[in-house]
Amino acid sequence: MTLSLYLEVLLQGILTGLVYGLMALGLSVIFGVVRVVNFAHGEFAVLAMYAAFVLFTALHVDPILAAIPVAALFFVIGWLLQRFVVQPFIVRPQHDQFILLVGLAIVLVNALLMIFGPDSRHTNLSYSYDSWFIGPIIVDKVRAYAAAAAVVVSAALFAFFRFTLLGTAIRACADNLTGAAVVGLDVKKLYALTFGLGLACAGAAGAIMVALTDVTPMLAPSFTLLAFTIVIVGGLGSMAGALLGGLLIGVVEALASILVEPSMKSMVSFALLVGVLAFRPQGLVGKPA
Amino acid sequence: MIAELFAGVSTRARVLLVLLAVVMLAAPLVLDRYLVSVLILVCLAAYTGQAWNILLGFAGLLSLGHALYLGLAAYISAGLYVHFGIGPWLGVFPAVAVCVAVAALLGWLAFRFRIEGVYFALLTIAFAEVARIGFDHIGFTGGAGGFFLPVRSEDQGQWWNLRSGPTFFYYLALLLAAGAFLLCAVLRRSRLGHRWLAVREDPEAAQALGIHINRARMSALLLSAGMTGIAGVFQAFYANNLFPSQIFDISRSIDLILAPIIGGVGTLFGPILGAFVLAPLGEVLISITGAIGLNAPGTKALVFGLFLMAIIAGVPTGLWPRLASLLRLRSVGR
Amino acid sequence: MTLLAVNRVTKRFRGLVAVDNVSLQVDAGAMFAVIGPNGAGKTTLFNLIAGVFPPDTGTISFEGERIDRAAPEHICQLGIARTFQIVRPFAELTVMENAAIGAMLRAPDMDSSYAQAGEILRRLDLWDKRDRKAHGLTLPDRKRLEVARALATRPKLLLLDEVMAGLRPTETDRMVEILRGINREESITILMIEHVMRAVMALATRVHVLHHGATIAEGTPTEVTRDARVIESYLGAEAFA
Repeated sequence: MTLSLYLEVLLQGILTGLVYGLMALGLSVIFGVVRVVNFAHGEFAVLAMYAAFVLFTALHVDPILAAIPVAALFFVIGWLLQRFVVQPFIVRPQHDQFILLVGLAIVLVNALLMIFGPDSRHTNLSYSYDSWFIGPIIVDKVRAYAAAAAVVVSAALFAFFRFTLLGTAIRACADNLTGAAVVGLDVKKLYALTFGLGLACAGAAGAIMVALTDVTPMLAPSFTLLAFTIVIVGGLGSMAGALLGGLLIGVVEALASILVEPSMKSMVSFALLVGVLAFRPQGLVGKPA
Repeated sequence: MIAELFAGVSTRARVLLVLLAVVMLAAPLVLDRYLVSVLILVCLAAYTGQAWNILLGFAGLLSLGHALYLGLAAYISAGLYVHFGIGPWLGVFPAVAVCVAVAALLGWLAFRFRIEGVYFALLTIAFAEVARIGFDHIGFTGGAGGFFLPVRSEDQGQWWNLRSGPTFFYYLALLLAAGAFLLCAVLRRSRLGHRWLAVREDPEAAQALGIHINRARMSALLLSAGMTGIAGVFQAFYANNLFPSQIFDISRSIDLILAPIIGGVGTLFGPILGAFVLAPLGEVLISITGAIGLNAPGTKALVFGLFLMAIIAGVPTGLWPRLASLLRLRSVGR
Repeated sequence: MTLLAVNRVTKRFRGLVAVDNVSLQVDAGAMFAVIGPNGAGKTTLFNLIAGVFPPDTGTISFEGERIDRAAPEHICQLGIARTFQIVRPFAELTVMENAAIGAMLRAPDMDSSYAQAGEILRRLDLWDKRDRKAHGLTLPDRKRLEVARALATRPKLLLLDEVMAGLRPTETDRMVEILRGINREESITILMIEHVMRAVMALATRVHVLHHGATIAEGTPTEVTRDARVIESYLGAEAFA
């Protein structure tokens, strides 16, 4: 194997990892603020993949552009979900929250199975097989566009939390819940907003992802696990950690698929997860508890 | 010891318990093959539910990867039988031993750094996933293509190899379910059981009372894993086929936990009640959806998912405490 | 005879000195009180003795044996039981089960654990509430349960972290009476953190005063309340507050 092949795979991993990172960012934001672990995260991402797939087949909308309407729709779904389903569970034990969302995950994946069947679906973009040459390295055009879109969405989210009043209010909620309530922040509203933003990330990432891989309902649980792995490796609740974790897992899986065997790539990321849990439970970016 | 268990149990509850035992024992004499097979599912779900309940209901640890132990023990006992002719009554020992060893590894990783709650649940899923992907690549047990136990007519009636008819499997499953129930009833009153409950409620407070948190958690994990392993051996010889994508799948792990959650986590009778509700419900759903031409497994899982959400939202303590007060029983559950 | 010896113990949290070179000796049979304003390091001192975390420097010995690196469960097994300032009952278990879990540390079997738990609940006026779940108790009852559970482990030394806080004067007097009984009849040594001076004056044989993590005085209750530094830093400050 040549060096250029490695570089190519490395770059591929980075580009895919950015999309993974966006998906994991949603999970991280929800956990960081609402303190609820969205066990249905991957299921929502796959739902978004199907939404983008339908938009593409019916209206020929490019999946990467479809990320915008899909994210908007998922924001609304997330808002409603938090407001009417998850909110009553905020004070309940963690197990109960987890089981509720496991139930939701089962419902989503089986609804998709009933509607679309178990076969994988494919979007055939006009530029699917186009690529650029950077020296000896081949870069897939579609992967580059997908990664760019993921970066734009992530940057927008960072800017929202950093520079807007609402974003600051949400961060205040995450840091000190009682304090936030005392100064008169509407915590329920901010939670709904955050859950909406988190699902919007999953929605955007899912729509973008459909340009890169085939979609089947069976992908959902593995995406949930992927998002968890990324977030834990990066550091639960840290936005930068989620993106870094995404990059790392993207690269690790890409390298594993040429070094080991493609079907065993997720084993390598689980090994990474176990390693992080065993030796640095706070994640790569997180502070020790 | 059994008599001691019934101390403090109302006469009403005793009568109902004896009635249930008689009905279950007599069931195969009157029911047809199909209904017996449904009852096997009920007993098996009650058994695995009891095993999982030890971990969450008693010790407060949520495992979403119990399919790992089911699958490991199933593959090991089946592999020993097919390749070496070692029957399941002997094979169950190494199978359970491996489950316990793997659980010990998981527990060691998790408990050293106080990994609990969500993190623990994720670690259990990750272990099960590693096994699923791993067994896809183990040619010795068929890999992704599945592993099949020979079903030969000349083997029939070899109960010592679990090559027997449904009635035999039924009584075996009933024995497992009843045994697990009695074991949990004994444990609930034992020192160990009280240690688990204390750690479940408040680990630091338990520690201040002289309880070793990690030992308590580890003992619950090992017992739960070993018990689930026995169900795996049963599963292998009952179903006669094993696929990594099924037996190690997260959906299998979730199947294992439905009965205790619906019946009532932490109660002794919850897993049994949950199993009685779920298995027949599943069968009814499959026959209805099959008749109207929907995707049957999908519909069943979808309805179960909704059911799970409804129970956890509406009756978070599960159905058993409700039913117990309806029947005016007090101390069977707790 | 010295039961507990804390010798020049220091504990820092992120540069902040929570306990600063504190030494104290608790004699067997004593009723020893540690007082001081909020943030004086009292609970940190308790957590050091109970083994929640080890001291940065200094030693802690119990019956002549070093315990400053021992785990909490080990320390309890040696005969030191503690209550938590913010009560931590086993919420979903009954009052009786709570106490029995404490008692099973030394009882030969569960039946005798429950029998011992029953005796202790009677002593703490909780017998009538034995079948209630702990989360349904009022705060004074939870404080009593906290003491009952610790006492059930049959300790030689009982660490009480503000068990009087939140009690009404009559309830305080009752608790004083109970603790005195435990100390005299069971000859259990008591080390308590207490804000309620009424209880300290009634109970303590010796008082140790902490301020900003350091010792500023030790003596009998009367000596300590006359100490100028104590009045200035603690009693005075409270009086002006």
